[in-house]
Amino acid sequence: MSQTFQETFSRLWTLDRDVLAIAWLSLRVSLTAVGIGLLLGIPLGALIAVARFPGRGVVVGLLNAFMGLPPVIVGLVLYLLLSRSGPFGALGLLFTPSAMVAAQALLATPLVAALTRQVIADAEAHLGEQLRSLRLSAPRRAGVLIYDARFSLVTAALAAFGRAISEIGAVLVVGGNIDGHTRTMTTAISLETQKGDLSLALALGAVLMALVLAVNAAAAILRGHAVRAYG
Amino acid sequence: MSVPHAVELENVGLTRNGRPILDRLSLTVAGEGITALIGPNGAGKSVSLRVIDGLLRPDTGSVRLAPGPRAFVFQRPALVRASARANLALGLAPLKLSRRERAERIEAALARVGLSERADDAATRFSGGEQQRLVLARAWAMRPELLLLDEPTASLDPAATETIESLIAEMARAGTAVLLVSHNLGQVARLADETVVLAAGRVVETGPTRTVLFSPRTIEARAYLTGELPWTSFAAAS
Repeated sequence: MSQTFQETFSRLWTLDRDVLAIAWLSLRVSLTAVGIGLLLGIPLGALIAVARFPGRGVVVGLLNAFMGLPPVIVGLVLYLLLSRSGPFGALGLLFTPSAMVAAQALLATPLVAALTRQVIADAEAHLGEQLRSLRLSAPRRAGVLIYDARFSLVTAALAAFGRAISEIGAVLVVGGNIDGHTRTMTTAISLETQKGDLSLALALGAVLMALVLAVNAAAAILRGHAVRAYG
Repeated sequence: MSVPHAVELENVGLTRNGRPILDRLSLTVAGEGITALIGPNGAGKSVSLRVIDGLLRPDTGSVRLAPGPRAFVFQRPALVRASARANLALGLAPLKLSRRERAERIEAALARVGLSERADDAATRFSGGEQQRLVLARAWAMRPELLLLDEPTASLDPAATETIESLIAEMARAGTAVLLVSHNLGQVARLADETVVLAAGRVVETGPTRTVLFSPRTIEARAYLTGELPWTSFAAAS
């Protein structure tokens, strides 16, 4: 046990190339996926909050349910779509980082959209009448409310990042955990644990925790500054 | 009347959750000057403003408005977490002005309410009085044909109230028709040319402000103006 910890520290201390490569891929895939999730999910959630249309309650219910989408199912569906015989097989994306980005973006988008809808609905309760009275179109109102609630939406971004960086089911199914190509921190931790290389698993775990903490701390500092300026 | 009406409501009815809010309400607002809308809580004053502005759709009756921009100032200033200037620009966005005209109107409006130096500050950090001044400056910059005011000074101190009242009077002099909902009868006496009294979703009395305030004809208007609760007058009569 003590030998395992010693090896963990030495691997962290020397910043093992493998560890760094895996950490960098994880970060790149998850941040890209969250970026896509924010680009799609924020406007979608805000429009659903602002617009009034028949069946809106059902859409909101579905969206909230999709927040809890099991990653492994997303991976499976995407696997079927991207596999050689699937409709997007010709793209040759299966077992590539792009497929992992797509899978995590599918997980992040509904989460961001659902959280955005809630945040924008609260902002609308305060500003909605005024904005409608100014005769702004629904997309314009959504845009103004997104701007107004921008500091609260940081939470949605963090939740999406947390979900993406920590999930394993989707990236494992569509990425394949190929060494040096599609191996992320979660898939590597799982594999190394099974293989018995606990020191590498622990080193990866420590890096993963540090990344998550660093991203959250950066967001909290940014948000603190902004809130002090705008209230 | 020489100037056509700014607003004509005819037999407007509105029911919410089975409760009548407006009950065949018929009301005209003069095309110039200030008209006050007074009455007890729940009489339908704020709802009337929202029906006129199109924020609420009535179940029955007709709403006719003179063409031209409208501005609505709410009791609680509704401002976006952005600079004062950006909040003013938001009101002018749908008016299709040239970039230069928009900028000129914004600077003039900020100067008029004494907020030029704070143009780039976060509007949500302003005091209550400053926020309401900013909201009124936005309405002023829109140069509306009709200005709807829902208790614009309800939460302000006397100095801030005076600033707001002078702005309202100035806009009316410049040709904007103003419809003012207020519980402040002193304010109504200072500002309004005409006064309409609502009770239970209907117009119970209308006329020149002095006449309505000092010699009301109906029991409902008298009860509201003297602060009598309906059941006390009922008890006294029986």
